[in-house]
Amino acid sequence: MRGARNFLKFLRGEPFAAVGAAIYSVIVVVAVFADWLEPYAPRAILKVGPRVARYLPISAAHWLGTTSSGRDVLSQVIHGTRSALVVGLTAAIAVVAIGTLLGLLAGYLGGWVDRVVSWLADIVLGLPFLPFMLILAALTHPGTGVVIFTVAALLWPNTARVIRAQVLSLRERAWVEAARVTGCSTARIMFVHVLPQVLPLAALYGSVAIGWAILAEASASFLGFGDPETVSWGVMLQDAYANQALSRGAWNWFAPPGAAIMAMVLAGFLISRGSEKLLFPKLAEQ
Amino acid sequence: MTLPRSARHTLERLGHLLLVLWVVASLTFVLFRLMPGDPTLNFLSPSFSEETRAALLKGFGLDRPLWDQYLIYMSNLLHGELGMSFLQGKPVAVLLVDALPNTVILTLVSLCAAYAFGIVAGAFLAFRRGGAVEAMAIPAALASRAAPEFWLGMLLLAALSFEFGWFPTGGALSPGQELAGVGARLVSADYWWHLALPALTLVLYLQGLPLLLMRATMLEVMNDEFIVMARMKGLSRWSIVMRHAARNALLPVVTAFALGLGASIGGNVVVETVFAWPGIGRVLVQAVQSADYPLAQGAFILIAAVLVTMNSLADLVYSALDPRVSVRARR
Repeated sequence: MRGARNFLKFLRGEPFAAVGAAIYSVIVVVAVFADWLEPYAPRAILKVGPRVARYLPISAAHWLGTTSSGRDVLSQVIHGTRSALVVGLTAAIAVVAIGTLLGLLAGYLGGWVDRVVSWLADIVLGLPFLPFMLILAALTHPGTGVVIFTVAALLWPNTARVIRAQVLSLRERAWVEAARVTGCSTARIMFVHVLPQVLPLAALYGSVAIGWAILAEASASFLGFGDPETVSWGVMLQDAYANQALSRGAWNWFAPPGAAIMAMVLAGFLISRGSEKLLFPKLAEQ
Repeated sequence: MTLPRSARHTLERLGHLLLVLWVVASLTFVLFRLMPGDPTLNFLSPSFSEETRAALLKGFGLDRPLWDQYLIYMSNLLHGELGMSFLQGKPVAVLLVDALPNTVILTLVSLCAAYAFGIVAGAFLAFRRGGAVEAMAIPAALASRAAPEFWLGMLLLAALSFEFGWFPTGGALSPGQELAGVGARLVSADYWWHLALPALTLVLYLQGLPLLLMRATMLEVMNDEFIVMARMKGLSRWSIVMRHAARNALLPVVTAFALGLGASIGGNVVVETVFAWPGIGRVLVQAVQSADYPLAQGAFILIAAVLVTMNSLADLVYSALDPRVSVRARR
């Protein structure tokens, strides 16, 4: 209860974070109730009389019109929240887990562990993100699995670097020293005493990683390496681009999915910017 | 023999760079041989003539054990020998050398414009703290970074090309035109006209980072002792801002520029695809889509090499510009 009240208080003081949290809440609600909210089945081919309802403009029956194959745009945008949340959350959790673990090990143990982690980070930073994802998708099989794997495998160094720095300073604190003196094992100190202290920072990086994962999925889908069976915002954009939505000026088709992606990624940025001040009060003066 | 520390740091970085390049190249080798099916078939198109097939088979050691293939692959890489493209029947190296200038020009033009705008706007925002301008500008900068690059491109394309017809809808030159050298491209108005929209897309996407970075570091620098000192000396506000604050605040921005250059060359993949811009990213996408593995492998290695090199350069620039950064502290 107190946690919830503190959270509300925090949101009131940080309009950026509040807007971000509001966007996320809307997306989660829409994703949960997608089946009730979508006016049509997202992949159903709709008809007007005997003819397929292609390229319909905005109307009362189709608030965002229809696609070239007669599917309802609004229903697809609504349904897309699910795939965005699944991809975003899974990838973010994976990135944060890997980054936090490696940062914790490197920072606390130091020595050769630290060197190996920093060496791994340098190699990973030398792999171009989108090209790597494309090649992996082409060599294995396209789909969200590759997107999540690439995000997790290539984006952990940022989190690891920050966590490591944090652990370096925590390691010298008196209570860690106290735990060491009382005979706690290294593993216990790391995971029971130090880890909880860095989790808020890790969550901060997670909120940004959700955004990167969604952008990655959208780019992969746009380039034709998404999962064509799922309804996602990236697949919608690819569909629109490939089917002359631009030359026909079908703004109702290609504008909404991109705006949805932007809103969701922006929400992550806003939350992280807002909570940065909470975690690093020194920045708050700026 | 003792080298000065900066020289030692440079040498260390260079060794490090070569090591990372080697690992990335090896990883690429493994990646491309992990795929299902006969690896020979992945590098020899059935459409090649009997002699070409035999020559390639021998040249790449595809009939030999994997370890030999690896050694041959490495030595071929060092000689710039990347194999033959399946679809175009030309050496991969030739195709890459053809596409690279387009990507470099696009990236450099957009990055320079984005950073010029971002630096000025960021410095300006640092002065107008807490105003209505700031309340609008910061969310706008964040939003521009949150939008998918290719979607920004689609919006511009739909509005400025298809609606108003101000710009061409794709490619680097009007149909029928052909330009050979880089110099000829740079003086061709037609080329610049085609460059405008993809560059504008990238500028929109890229300006947010330098803007936010410049603003944050300006605010930080303005509290530093040397600024207080300059103020006490009675220097004008303008002189303090331009001569003292901005110069020091630029440091992280310059580093970000070098990093951005490496990242953009690989990241341009989607923008080049939207605008059918004949750069290295589009070559990669088309090669991957059409299972042209030698070309895909070559393009990937080239993009990775640029990225790794720029990462190292950013590190060197950073420590050269800021003597306070000790070699150790950067670790």
